[in-house]
Amino acid sequence: MSNFLNLLIAGLATGAIYAVVAIGFTLLWQTSQTINFAQGEFVMLPAFFMLAAMNLGLPFMLAVLVGIGLSLLVLGLLFKRVLVDPMLRHGVLPLAIATMALSIALKESVKELYSAEAHPFPSVVPAGNVDVLGVPVSMQSLGVLVIAVLAVVALNLLLTRTSVGHQMQATAQNPTVARIVGIPVERMILYTFLINAGLVALGSLLVTPIYLAKFSTGEILGQAAFIAAIVGGFNQVRGAVAGGLLLGVVDNLAAAYVSAQYRAAVPLFLLIVIILFRPQGLLGRVEERTV
Amino acid sequence: MTRSLAAWLAGIAGAAALVLLPLALNRYGIYILSLWAVMTIAAIGLNLTLGYAGQISLAQGAFVGIGAYAVAILTTSGFPFVVGLAAALAVSFAVGWLLGYPALRVQHHYLAFVTLAFSTLAYLVFRNEEWLTKGIYGIVGVPRPSVLGIATAKPLPFYYLCLGALAVVSFAVWWLVRSPWGRAFVALRENPVRALSLGVDTRRYTLMAFAIGSALGGVAGAFYAPLVEFVDPTPFTLALSLNLLMMVIVGGAGFFLGPFLGALIAVLLPEWLRFMEGWYLIAYAVFVMVLLVISPTGILGILDRHLTARRTRAASQARAAAKPVLNSEAA
Amino acid sequence: MKVLKTTFAALAGLAALTAAHAQSGGTIKLANVAELSGPGATVGTNWKNGIDLAVAEINEKGGILGRKLEVTHADSQSNPGIARAQVQKALDGEPYVLLGPGYSGSVKVTASLAQQAEVPQIMGGEAAELTKAGHTHLFRTSFGQQSSMPKVAAYLADDLKAKSVAVVWVNNDFGKGGRDVITAELQKRNVKVAADISTEAGQADFAADVAKVKASGADAAFIYLNEEESARILKEIKRQNLTLPLIGETTLVGQKVIDLAGEAANGARGHVGLTTDAPVPAIQQFREKFQKRYNYVPDHNGLKGYLAVYVVKAVTEKMGKVDRKAFADTLHGLTISAAQEPGILMDVTYDKNGDIDRQGFLVEVENGRQVVKKVLPKLGN
Repeated sequence: MSNFLNLLIAGLATGAIYAVVAIGFTLLWQTSQTINFAQGEFVMLPAFFMLAAMNLGLPFMLAVLVGIGLSLLVLGLLFKRVLVDPMLRHGVLPLAIATMALSIALKESVKELYSAEAHPFPSVVPAGNVDVLGVPVSMQSLGVLVIAVLAVVALNLLLTRTSVGHQMQATAQNPTVARIVGIPVERMILYTFLINAGLVALGSLLVTPIYLAKFSTGEILGQAAFIAAIVGGFNQVRGAVAGGLLLGVVDNLAAAYVSAQYRAAVPLFLLIVIILFRPQGLLGRVEERTV
Repeated sequence: MTRSLAAWLAGIAGAAALVLLPLALNRYGIYILSLWAVMTIAAIGLNLTLGYAGQISLAQGAFVGIGAYAVAILTTSGFPFVVGLAAALAVSFAVGWLLGYPALRVQHHYLAFVTLAFSTLAYLVFRNEEWLTKGIYGIVGVPRPSVLGIATAKPLPFYYLCLGALAVVSFAVWWLVRSPWGRAFVALRENPVRALSLGVDTRRYTLMAFAIGSALGGVAGAFYAPLVEFVDPTPFTLALSLNLLMMVIVGGAGFFLGPFLGALIAVLLPEWLRFMEGWYLIAYAVFVMVLLVISPTGILGILDRHLTARRTRAASQARAAAKPVLNSEAA
Repeated sequence: MKVLKTTFAALAGLAALTAAHAQSGGTIKLANVAELSGPGATVGTNWKNGIDLAVAEINEKGGILGRKLEVTHADSQSNPGIARAQVQKALDGEPYVLLGPGYSGSVKVTASLAQQAEVPQIMGGEAAELTKAGHTHLFRTSFGQQSSMPKVAAYLADDLKAKSVAVVWVNNDFGKGGRDVITAELQKRNVKVAADISTEAGQADFAADVAKVKASGADAAFIYLNEEESARILKEIKRQNLTLPLIGETTLVGQKVIDLAGEAANGARGHVGLTTDAPVPAIQQFREKFQKRYNYVPDHNGLKGYLAVYVVKAVTEKMGKVDRKAFADTLHGLTISAAQEPGILMDVTYDKNGDIDRQGFLVEVENGRQVVKKVLPKLGN
């Protein structure tokens, strides 16, 4: 039992990482039907912005701010304006393929301009373990979990309690009607891209001490987050969180009780079963519009 | 008339170039061209599924893997290549048919997700089922076959074998898309509900489109294995499926020649860019992004738009020129 | 008909002449094909940087036999199909020696091409089987797993007196190869493999794997993962409070792992063939030069690339001429001593299969530093 609890808690902590990355996925999908195959690289990159700023002599906290600023600029504004806008009207696929090319470009650029090595990254959460129900849990993992939950709560408050949030929701649900009633749809879409950029920067800050700053970490993270988003429901923020946590736990339990060699297969079976019997995902809602 | 003549001439010139060009190339050039031919076959299959029937598959790379393993396993245990090829075709067709079933329940991106999961599952099977696939160590020494008594072990004969396979596949697909089946596929893509009301058995055709497209992936794999003369799981990850999808989109989904151009960009462009050393993949990725920003419908999308615009212009000029004649007749 | 024949003969003569010209004058061409992108990029980049450092050093001192070295680098994308293309391209350019690749799949595909072209190939792969396929032109730069694993197994059985061992390995060609050899070696010594645990490359969460090691009740654990995953599992082992001896290879006890895992690395032990932490002055100097040039501490792959070039230098100077055909024969059975060729860093002997024999170390991590506990001498000495 203590072993099970141990795996459960460790899985939740890893799942929280996937959740933070998956939230952005679902946001972009909701407002602009963007499938961002570079989402993993979006989490990898801000850490390098921060490392580069630190190499220029900035103190850590200032470097973090620079990293977040650059993320908003590059992964939010530039990404939206340069790549997404010209392709938005042409369906899901060309844009998805373009983000795939973007993921190659980002990975290779970091490798070429910074390094192919893995770099340690300072943690905002102190190291060490705390005791949870008799299981030692690393403070870092706990920090990720707490901040992921806080991010979702904040996002939900924004979406449900503020006027901008209401307009964003309307845009997500039906852009045509939203436009008719006078909502600046374009600006709302831009906001979601900026929120995503902020979230990946936050995710980068939390995840990198565990995953290390390396050009290739985005591949694993991106794929895990993608699966998490589908399992939880591609069109709901809380679905992404549920999917992420579930994925982290299932992965651990699969490795312990099913087969270590096929541990990666169990979440995929889960994904297929969920799609076949509940295509909108665990917590998703049925989509009214088609692609 | 002149347009179709021009198309024919271009086609013949292209084919002649493909036959003659390798005579002037070294072994490396011939290998890359063979790789292009093999990838084109896989992309043609995906174009059938996606471009004509409108079903998104993220598992074409897994079918290439299935075909490659079928040939590698059978030929290294003494069966002739033809048996391996037949097995590759049959297995990937059958698996494609089964994988098509979810397409009946779910549409659009959800199907893509199912195929994405399948793609990763296939990789795990290739890696873990050591008794069958030799696992991560891979299968060494996949022989290149003899065709009509001619050994294809050398680069040039093997290239012509791949080119021949590409020609056969091209003609088969060319015939297929003009057949009632092909028209049913397109009807399915354009408007499934209407297709159903017009009496198209959408269920069967959806499965068929998926299975045939997947089978061509298997055929590509059947030639990939003897081309490299080695098969291990590493090339058949999700990355290959995404790469094949990119070939189809970049070339122009739904255009017959799209996969040829798409594979040209995906296989040859990185090689041409290698003079940039560490930057070559970045340059390649940027090229793809710029191309898609300029024309989200791919290279042939631009060309098609351009030609349509010219034809419209020519037609309106013809109308304008014809007007006085009509007037004089009326008068 | 006769005209045709003479033309052919003339052409053949011309071809031979240009080939000979490429061999005799000008620069000596080396071609490197390595994993510069994809999952092997860190390994390949270290290897490439090591090569460039050695080439620059040698050229600075006037080259080999008065001729400068020229090296080309090609990226295999960590994919055997692409590796084959790039090696073919390199061989079409008729290099003196082929360097790389590192992934064993890519080595297997390319070794026969190099052999057909009679070009010596010096590679970074460690899989046991690579030198067993009868390739006469293939040479290693480090211990193959068939040389290193028996030493680890002997340490587990004789020094630690372990009766049962949990084996944790990364499920790729590197990890699977090591797992297969160590399993056989342990069985030979009547040590039970209590748990056989496969993990994924890039895995972040080792809770389940460590729990399995714990449940197996093994006397010791053998951990064979890449550096980053090694650091993560060490942290997890500390979190779950496991106290059994942890034994590994270069990738468990290197400075990089210590940097990443912090105090969780303390107590880890292992056999190390090539390490930039070795208490050998020449290696320390190499590490300093590398760090100065590239601004980071190399791993053992950086050393391998560096040594590969110095092997070329030693063999060529031994022959007294740049002779591709005689290269392999000269290197088989050759001992290169660091006294004669300082760039080789440690004495090394090549056998007839292209495998090497060299000094090794048993090390333990103490207070965040690698401490050599025992020097395993070269067998030949």
